Amino acid sequence: MKPFTYERATSPAAAAAAVAAKPGAKFVAGGTNLLDLMKLQIEAPTHLVDVNRLGLDTIEATPDGGLRVGALVRNTALAADPRVRRDYGVLSRALLSGASGQLRNKATTAGNLLQRTRCPYFYDTNQACNKRKPGSGCAALGGYSRALAVIGTSKDCIATHPSDMAVAMRALDATVETVDGSGRTRTIPIADFHRLPGSTPWIETALTPGEMITAVTLPAPVRGTHIYRKVRDRASYAFATISIAAILPESGTPRFAFGGLAHKPWRVAAAETKADGGAKAIAAAALAGATPTSQNAYKIPLVERTLAAVLAEGRAA
Amino acid sequence: MTDTNGFSLTRRGALVSGAAAASTTALPLDAQPLPAETPAATVPVSFTVNGKKRTLDLDPRVTLLDALREHLHLTGSKKGCDHGQCGACTVMVEGKRINSCLTLAVMHDGDEITTIEGLGKPGDLHPMQAAFVKHDGYQCGYCTPGQIMAAVAMLQEVKDGVPSYVSPDLTAAGRIDAQEVRERMSGNICRCAAYSNIVAAIADVAGAEDVA
Amino acid sequence: MKFDTPAGRNPIDQQKVIGRPTDRIDGPLKVTGTAPYAFERNDVAPNHAYGVIVGAGVAKGRITRIDTADAQRAPGVLSVVTYENAGKLGKARAHTATMLAGPEVEHYDQAVAIVVADTFEQARDAAKRVRVDYARAKGKYELKAAKDGAPIAKGDKMKTARGDFAGAFASAPVKLDATYTTPDQSHMMMEPHATIAAWNGDELTLWTSNQMIAWAVRDMSETLLIPKEKIRVVSPYVGGGFGGKLWVRSDAVMAALAAKAAGRPVKVALARPQLMNNTTHRPATIQRIRIGADKAGKITAIAHQTWSGDLPGGGPETAANQTQLLYAGDNRLTETHLAVLDLPEANAMRAPGEAPGMMALEVAMDEMAEKLGMDPVRFRIVNDTLVDPEKPERKFSDRNLVRCLEEGAKNFGWDRRNPKPAQVRDGDWLVGMGMAAAFRNNMNMKSGARVGVDRKGVVTVATDMTDIGTGSYTIIAQTAAEMLGVPLDKVVVLLGDSRFPVSAGSGGQWGGNSSTAGVYAACVDLRRRIAQKLGFNSDDVTFADGKVSSGNRAVDLAKAAGDEGISGEDTMEYGTLEKDYAQATFGAHFVEAAVNVYTGEIRVRRMSGVYDAGRILNPKSARSQVIGGMTMGIGAALMEDAVVDPRFGYFVNHDLAEYHVPVHLDVPHQEVVFLDTLDDKTSPMKAKGVGELGLCGAAAAVANAVYNACGVRIRDYPLTLDKVLEGLPMA
Repeated sequence: MKPFTYERATSPAAAAAAVAAKPGAKFVAGGTNLLDLMKLQIEAPTHLVDVNRLGLDTIEATPDGGLRVGALVRNTALAADPRVRRDYGVLSRALLSGASGQLRNKATTAGNLLQRTRCPYFYDTNQACNKRKPGSGCAALGGYSRALAVIGTSKDCIATHPSDMAVAMRALDATVETVDGSGRTRTIPIADFHRLPGSTPWIETALTPGEMITAVTLPAPVRGTHIYRKVRDRASYAFATISIAAILPESGTPRFAFGGLAHKPWRVAAAETKADGGAKAIAAAALAGATPTSQNAYKIPLVERTLAAVLAEGRAA
Repeated sequence: MTDTNGFSLTRRGALVSGAAAASTTALPLDAQPLPAETPAATVPVSFTVNGKKRTLDLDPRVTLLDALREHLHLTGSKKGCDHGQCGACTVMVEGKRINSCLTLAVMHDGDEITTIEGLGKPGDLHPMQAAFVKHDGYQCGYCTPGQIMAAVAMLQEVKDGVPSYVSPDLTAAGRIDAQEVRERMSGNICRCAAYSNIVAAIADVAGAEDVA
Repeated sequence: MKFDTPAGRNPIDQQKVIGRPTDRIDGPLKVTGTAPYAFERNDVAPNHAYGVIVGAGVAKGRITRIDTADAQRAPGVLSVVTYENAGKLGKARAHTATMLAGPEVEHYDQAVAIVVADTFEQARDAAKRVRVDYARAKGKYELKAAKDGAPIAKGDKMKTARGDFAGAFASAPVKLDATYTTPDQSHMMMEPHATIAAWNGDELTLWTSNQMIAWAVRDMSETLLIPKEKIRVVSPYVGGGFGGKLWVRSDAVMAALAAKAAGRPVKVALARPQLMNNTTHRPATIQRIRIGADKAGKITAIAHQTWSGDLPGGGPETAANQTQLLYAGDNRLTETHLAVLDLPEANAMRAPGEAPGMMALEVAMDEMAEKLGMDPVRFRIVNDTLVDPEKPERKFSDRNLVRCLEEGAKNFGWDRRNPKPAQVRDGDWLVGMGMAAAFRNNMNMKSGARVGVDRKGVVTVATDMTDIGTGSYTIIAQTAAEMLGVPLDKVVVLLGDSRFPVSAGSGGQWGGNSSTAGVYAACVDLRRRIAQKLGFNSDDVTFADGKVSSGNRAVDLAKAAGDEGISGEDTMEYGTLEKDYAQATFGAHFVEAAVNVYTGEIRVRRMSGVYDAGRILNPKSARSQVIGGMTMGIGAALMEDAVVDPRFGYFVNHDLAEYHVPVHLDVPHQEVVFLDTLDDKTSPMKAKGVGELGLCGAAAAVANAVYNACGVRIRDYPLTLDKVLEGLPMA
């Protein structure tokens, strides 16, 4: 961990201004991913702005029947909120499938969205990684890729986004609220928040330097069966090989978002309109253009099979 | 290719062929010259540990775990991985269990912290500690303080109505059975694998009859 | 004391203290966080500095330049030690690769430098400022590629044969020829290797985490080229080892070098991501097994050939061990091959040999039973042997495998198993049952102890034995209490210090029986001395209830000790009983596993077994040893896989987030039953090892249950869901 200076922010705008003002400055909230990476000098901020005590830790009803989740709401608190458990089961379940009880108590809503990949080459500073060192290459290509992305990849990066929560939020059509260093606020649809790697895999989100997430808004609930199915070899405390966030309304178009497949939560509109064709049709549409490696090609049939499980669960519900 | 900064010059292809060639260098990737800055200034921090107010002047890089172990010599909280992958460092902050390795001490000014040393002492064990002894819920003992802290806090989470991934109904009130205990304790790895006994110990304390 | 004839009746047979499921005496310290592990000994070296090790970034090659200038200039840095300034070092005979690289690099993450600073944060940052240039050399990293032409390994029993295997196999009416693979595995004990080193003139003390104190002294002496007498090693609490701490590793060597350079005590712990490539691992194996049997299921031919790799000068994984002893069959062959690989050092991990060997053999037995149309339990019973099948004149000291199989099957409800795979469905899960024999060799090691009684009647045992979670403190206390007739709370046990008599140490599941036998010997010496002091005829002296009695005379033990106290010391040594008799431990594992029909995910639902390891010194801690092994078997079956990147020659998934070991939710309640047996040919304790038995065969039982559940036979461990899906029809 490189030396850095530390300050506790007094307001969201002041925090954003502080980070915008100092090159190399970063926000720290839960710290569960940032500290991990700082110890390995994968992240090396020169200045940390602690945003933990800005009061962004409440969940409030919105006028249109949704919920506004403060950026600092801890994963446990969000998963356990009675409204979330009742109306956004897919989100509660996704949060609970991730990490551990201890990590969920610390990790925040905003931080979860900003998690960085678990690609083992990103994590080993001896290896080439365009995310960690732009232009150094991608050691994962031709390497150990069992857990890595099968779609939306590029010749520069095949990393996945590790979040479960974000996959559920993608299915829920959440929007991300931010403030920047000049105090300007904006909202970003979750679909546009995470980026594909392209030729700049180190740019992972739509955030501008110093822009800070203040909340995530969930639209009014979609009634129906909410399922979050996470597939993994180890029964718990493991990242998804793949996961599916599904909302199966009593009538109308179902929603499917996928984790473990891409550099961002993966959702394809055409797949949802094909839902009547069953798991095979949904999977085919969702995975059109997939470019798996020999090691992660199993994810392609696994998506269809897991969809079949999800649809069966939906029918049984 | 003998340039130490060469990784930005060598693409992956060069690296791979370099692995087979007689002479390639260029590591480590991230060695950088020392910035022309002064050493990290220390930051004062005060918190309450096991009921006792403690004030420290810390390099901001010091994690809560290292503050406890290296500065306060409360070595009951263990460093098993230092990356949030094992749970051996579990402590309670404001009554909630967290991995103390993944948080900075300076972020906890004013907080109330409970470590294994605050739970009980030899001769005056907390019921959870006594249950671990009775059920042999450990072997090498290194993950044990983390397991116990996690278990005590976990039972409170159940009481507080926090569901888990294996809860059949998210909206139902917290109930505890063996699968619930196992899922909720899965953030605490025990390589000696006393799991079966740890679950028995927790069930004993929780008074859960269907935990077996 | 020499143990060279079978044990007769002795005070241990009273089982007033021994054999009881006593709580661990070190338990209260462990549950309160007050048991001090190596890195926590702030009391012994209050002015210590911190060392952080820099590991090699290439797997094989030469260091062409090390630039430590930036690191030296970093705040708080006291010194940087590399091969250029470390002085002359030797290589311990027990080490395959050196603990400090330079100029040659032998494996990835081999230590190339240690940076010492006032604080941990300073040292960790400065370590990143060391710049190393390498001339990378071509290395060999893939066992599959190196297998062909790999010679038979050097050593005893690397090639064994009896009868005419080829002929018998060719003519067998039922036969199997299958190849299995097991991956590299990592010990991943919870406490990373850690050491505090302090010099006092030319004397070195290491507070470290080590399983074998005397070996540690020897290896440090050979590495630092200083006399053994100048080295003290202290390791009273060890946060797990599993073989990974059998020998001193770079933490100890580099801490010693760093402390010398810094002129201060230095403490060093390996960072978790360094563990897998800097230290040792269990090597991957390729195992070909051929079994031929007659139609009644009697094995007529059995061959087990195994391949593993290691650095030049290293050793093999002896995965054919159990096949030399476990089943009958007149025509047999085993071969243990060793290839040269440039991966980190391959070495012992819990039950070396049998752990991966049983993963293959016991699946082969399951496959063979199916070919024969026989129940797998029955097939094993039919092929039981009471003699060493390679040397029929050599009997087993005590062997009750059949009882384990029969009682285990009964306890588990094996008769409810449908032998036809993929027939039982429970919701989205296919459910199956599998079993495997458990088998692990028993070894006895020379072990010494000193035992004293003070004027308060408190008994103190001192031995350099270690407790790595095995329960040594408790069974040693139980042994002394039994021998001297005092309650357990009157016994103090001091372990893990090279100033104490040399013990067996902890490894190869020999620690429990051997170390307590050493304590037995010391107690016999002490009893003799006490009797002599009291003028008793030592043949009819009884030690019970805190008293020493002979005829109608009885003296309080405390009184007998007197103001100055009294002590005895001895070492238990062994004759040829281990050669004259095959000594081993046995068991039968039973598993119920479920395979998700959609995703191929595997979950173990039930796991139980019956085990035979002679006298069980403490059923509570012995159970823990066995469930720990069983769980490591779940890991080996389902998830543990240190993945080699063959381009760069290192284990890629080198932390606990990516190298998966079982968590709570992977493990069901486990039932463990011990047979009530005594083996009088192992030691006066009549006990055998139990620390590794639970692992041997457990993974195969899981694999066999998975096959029974879903009908997909996977011969390449671990059984991950992608391998299941290849054979699982869409639900």
